[in-house]
Amino acid sequence: MIIDGSESSLRHFLGNLPAVDQVGADSRAAMLATRSIKTASKKWAIDLAISMVDLTTLEGADTPGKVKALCTKAVRPDPMDSSVPSVGAVCVYNDMVKIARTQLDAIGGGAIHVAAVTTAFPSGRASIEVKRQDTQDAINNGATEIDMVIDRGAFLSGNLGKVFDEIVLIKSLCGDRAHLKVILETGELVTYDNVRKASYLAMLAGADFIKTSTGKIAPAATAPVVLVMLEAVRDFYQLSGRRIGVKPAGGIRNTKDAIKQLVLVNETAGPEWLKPSLFRIGASALLNDLLMQRMKMREGFYSSPNYVTLD
Amino acid sequence: MSNFEYALAPESTAILNIAPQYGLFIGGKFVDSKSQQFFSTINPATEKVISQISLATEADVDFAVASARTAYNKVWSKLSAAERGKYLFRIARILQERAREFAVLETLDNGKPIRESRDVDVPLSAAHFFYHAGWADKLSHAGFGSDPKPHGVVAQIIPWNFPLLMLAWKVAPALATGNTVVLKPAETTPMTALLFAEVCQQAGLPDGVVNIVTGDGSTGALLVNHPDVDKIAFTGSTSVGKAIARAVSGTKKSLTLELGGKAANIVFDDAPIDETVEGIVNGIFFNQGHVCCAGSRLLVQENVSDQILEKLKHRMSQIRVGDPMDKNTDLGAINSSEQLARINELANSGDAEGAERWSPACELPTTGFWYPPTIFTGVTQAHRIAREEIFGPVLSVLTFRTPQEAIEKANNTPYGLSAGVWSDKGSRILWASQRLRAGVIWANTFNKFDPASPFGGYKESGWGREGGRHGLAAYVKGGK
Repeated sequence: MIIDGSESSLRHFLGNLPAVDQVGADSRAAMLATRSIKTASKKWAIDLAISMVDLTTLEGADTPGKVKALCTKAVRPDPMDSSVPSVGAVCVYNDMVKIARTQLDAIGGGAIHVAAVTTAFPSGRASIEVKRQDTQDAINNGATEIDMVIDRGAFLSGNLGKVFDEIVLIKSLCGDRAHLKVILETGELVTYDNVRKASYLAMLAGADFIKTSTGKIAPAATAPVVLVMLEAVRDFYQLSGRRIGVKPAGGIRNTKDAIKQLVLVNETAGPEWLKPSLFRIGASALLNDLLMQRMKMREGFYSSPNYVTLD
Repeated sequence: MSNFEYALAPESTAILNIAPQYGLFIGGKFVDSKSQQFFSTINPATEKVISQISLATEADVDFAVASARTAYNKVWSKLSAAERGKYLFRIARILQERAREFAVLETLDNGKPIRESRDVDVPLSAAHFFYHAGWADKLSHAGFGSDPKPHGVVAQIIPWNFPLLMLAWKVAPALATGNTVVLKPAETTPMTALLFAEVCQQAGLPDGVVNIVTGDGSTGALLVNHPDVDKIAFTGSTSVGKAIARAVSGTKKSLTLELGGKAANIVFDDAPIDETVEGIVNGIFFNQGHVCCAGSRLLVQENVSDQILEKLKHRMSQIRVGDPMDKNTDLGAINSSEQLARINELANSGDAEGAERWSPACELPTTGFWYPPTIFTGVTQAHRIAREEIFGPVLSVLTFRTPQEAIEKANNTPYGLSAGVWSDKGSRILWASQRLRAGVIWANTFNKFDPASPFGGYKESGWGREGGRHGLAAYVKGGK
């Protein structure tokens, strides 16, 4: 045990983490964004990125039909090209989990995870009983990944024990049945120091993944934020021997952005993290751009957006 | 492909239009040297000859200085300051427009990675012209009196580590203040200066305001000793700087020198570790360590030295060494075989004196001049590699226990160009900066340059400043 979970042990551990210099983190991320990924590397990176997509729909207006269509796309992103890999997971609200699971299983997508956002997503402002029930419902409905939000109000006011305990509770509900992704909502944490602290807090409490954002708040998965989180998982592995995954979500809309994320992973956490079990990209529009770039690399020209399917 | 290997992403050299041989740029035209002697400039990454360059001898230097004098007397000194500024703005814009051409040529001739020439050298060069263009008609407000006067003809001698950028640092303030120029680029890197000559023509700069004479040390000596030169500005080694100072003493020539360095990069135990490691890498491996202000002496507080070194080694193993023209290359070629020999000699002295050498596993190309990123640990103040400027990708690591000890060690050098301080505590940064005897002190960053910021050294690192208001002072009579 690195910490015993008490407020004081958390405060001590997180307070002793090295600071993040904002200017330095920004310039490192900007430098890595200049990597030029071409030809065979680009092809490889596009397929890897597709396999890492958590294909997401989190709208109040979601319908069962839309979720089913999304599942079909998740299994076979390009209906005209079976060589395109399936995505990593489908990410939906709690009440759509069963529909998604049934649809995926019915069309040969048994290996694709269904991720549910829980714990009063996106704000996290509800009682612990509600959060527990929210998560339990998702697992009962067949979710194999839980994307929980942390209580930012508690974190920012210094109530670290409360945040920790909630993650521990949700992790215990997940048990062996579901992977736990902890959403930090970095846009509300604001400073990179906070991002680093929240990352460690989530990892210490048992997160399998740390995730940047809900997608409802801007800024979301900016490159320096992801850099700081990747440094955290890299160093946490040295500390604990456990590899924790990272999921940027929100604002990654095109292939260039996705490839920049993969470069960040490659040169920060290292190539061990370049697989869907340790890196995911929460997105919706991104998948179509990846498919269009893939077509372009194959055909040598850009196709009209009519050649990729609507979400 | 199972790993994320970056496929080759080479910048094309097709944009370049290189002549098989070049004359001297005197009086607004390329002219043949009187001696008709040539030397080759080569691509240090391949050892292939790029072009034949004229060696300027005494008659050529006389001609160049005379052209500069004529241009000064007849044209440049009669022009209004606002008109001078217009030419500088024009040059700055042309540099931006032809940025890619300059970046590719710089990388070809110098060996530095295209990422650096593209993102640092060329944009900063343009920025220097823009900055000084703005000063041209505002000199009476710069604190040098109501009507500051130029020196007249300025001789400028620049090094091979940042060929275009050092040209910009020299030429822009000289022209802004109303001087005319005879510039000598370094023997191994004349190409971008010759392309800059084309830019002067393109900008319609009056003939003779900028003259460029290529050659070796002998050409530089002729220029320094020329009786009709009013001011000398030199960037290069301390030994040559001392020789110039001796040659100029007793004459009316004014002199600025920007010389060597052995900068201390001081890491306190409360430093932001990850960014510090980046800063250490940037401090010593930027431009293959061919940087006079390179952070070549790392002073780490004892209690974090293991952690810093472990992270530094991990980060160094990711440095991509190879073809400078590849957009993903981090560390390019060493500029010349002479420099490579110098690096080897000093690094070998580190081994002989008992320091512990470490380099990541990296494959170096078989042709060209290369040196892997290297650190020496267990270095003390008494080691040669802690005292002499290596001017290569070699870092000496020393430790300290108390802040006082860090300052004492940092200042225990004949140099004093730059220093770095890494700490999350503002008061400690200020405390250290006040005690460090160096012209530039970076806090939680390294190798950051801006035309508005004066740059220059204490002690044997130089005389005078370049950049900012202080840099202008060197180009006006009696300027301080």
